[in-house]
Amino acid sequence: MLEVIQDNWDLLRHGFVGTLKLTVVCGIASLLLGTLIAACRVSPVPPLRWFGAAYVNLFRNTPLTLIFFAVALGFPKLRFNFSFFQFAVIALSTYTAAFICEAIRSGINTVPIGQAEAARSLGMSFTQTLSQIVLPQAGRAAVPPIGSLLIAMVRNSAIASAFNTTELMGTSSTMIENGYKSLWVLVWIAIGYLIITLTMSALLAALEKKLAVVR
Amino acid sequence: MSREASVLFDVPGPKARRRNLIIGVVGTLALAGFLVFVIMRFEDTGQFESAKWDPFQYTGVQQFIFDGLKATLKAFALAAVFSIVLGAFLAAGRLSDHKIVRWAATTFVTFFRAMPLLVLIFMLYLVPASQGWWKWEPMWPLVVGLTIYNGTVQAENIRAGILAVPKGQSEAAYALGMRKTQVMTMILVPQGIRTMLPTIISQIVVTLKDTSLGFLITYPELLAAAKLIGGYQDYHMPFIPVTIIVGAIYVAMCMILSAFATWLERRLRTSRKGKPIAVEPRAVAPALDGAGV
Repeated sequence: MLEVIQDNWDLLRHGFVGTLKLTVVCGIASLLLGTLIAACRVSPVPPLRWFGAAYVNLFRNTPLTLIFFAVALGFPKLRFNFSFFQFAVIALSTYTAAFICEAIRSGINTVPIGQAEAARSLGMSFTQTLSQIVLPQAGRAAVPPIGSLLIAMVRNSAIASAFNTTELMGTSSTMIENGYKSLWVLVWIAIGYLIITLTMSALLAALEKKLAVVR
Repeated sequence: MSREASVLFDVPGPKARRRNLIIGVVGTLALAGFLVFVIMRFEDTGQFESAKWDPFQYTGVQQFIFDGLKATLKAFALAAVFSIVLGAFLAAGRLSDHKIVRWAATTFVTFFRAMPLLVLIFMLYLVPASQGWWKWEPMWPLVVGLTIYNGTVQAENIRAGILAVPKGQSEAAYALGMRKTQVMTMILVPQGIRTMLPTIISQIVVTLKDTSLGFLITYPELLAAAKLIGGYQDYHMPFIPVTIIVGAIYVAMCMILSAFATWLERRLRTSRKGKPIAVEPRAVAPALDGAGV
């Protein structure tokens, strides 16, 4: 049991760092893309709204494995050449962005319209209303679901192992080929993921506590 | 959705309307330009050649895709049913009056929700064979893995639905002399089911999407069929066409189910027999949620 981690420390650490890297890069990319699409979805311009709705409906109803499949195996055939890591980032963040968009949008929907009306009747400008009244409240409502989505993204990132990306789950095949018991290999990998996800949920809980306001 | 009044912006005046029109036209052009670029690339790499699309007229190829679809739906049906059954048991465990049962159910739910589903499926796929415990076809690790993971999520959905029933309901039932089981089956579940049904169906969509993980453990489902057809030399390797076809099948299936969930939610909300109770999402779901992903 312990020899798995003793003998393969470097390999496991390498995979663990790979998963962390994937988490950070995809997290940032999907937050940016999700915000952009959410902005489209709630904008006053109909074509952008349609685009946002179409994107969300399409990607929420597509299996992530299929997206990985299409990106990692299909893109080279269309002469879009990137590294495997970049493929994984593209697949994972386009998928997660659709969910982040919905979390942001429902966060905005939780702000009562009276808030904006009150701000406007106080003479606040559009920018002031948005930055001081609406978005702070919407952001507070959107943080918990976005946090859960990012944790789900870490778990989903294991799929990248099947498409040649260096990450935690991918190290299992090397170790099993080298004759280690698959049971213990996978137990250690599961522990690796649990370390990341449980840390993230602890951070999220702390953040929520900090943001909580008594109403 | 009415856009007349929004928290984000005022009703647009003549100037803003003109600006919105310009943004709309520019945005549409940019998207159209991107689309044209992608289509050109498809054309350049010969994805529209008839040789690549002809194979899909062969009954053999159609049958092959259909077999993949059947395998996907089989795993999906089994996993969906089992996960709801497991979810009901786990929810009952989490709502139990006995501390040990509650604790055991909570540990089970927390653990399996935090673990990547893929790791779980690989454990079920590799470990029994390598330890010499038992042998099973790749469908069963997939079904069992999906059942365990989605069961824990369904348990939370069911529990949330039951907890959303006002306390007065169960108090009144106890006051009438009903037993615990009677309160649950005759009062709480029938009322809670209206709140939980839409979320349960949304999670079933996730179950359907996750059956594609079977591809990674060599279960011959839709995606595996796509890969095999896409690599066929005799058919000029129609990888992109087959991905488009299989992707359309997946998206269509999931969209139908999602639309059903939305329709059901709206119907239950506007039903004449009173409204289901709104669930407080954060009240029950721990931070490891991410349901629907």
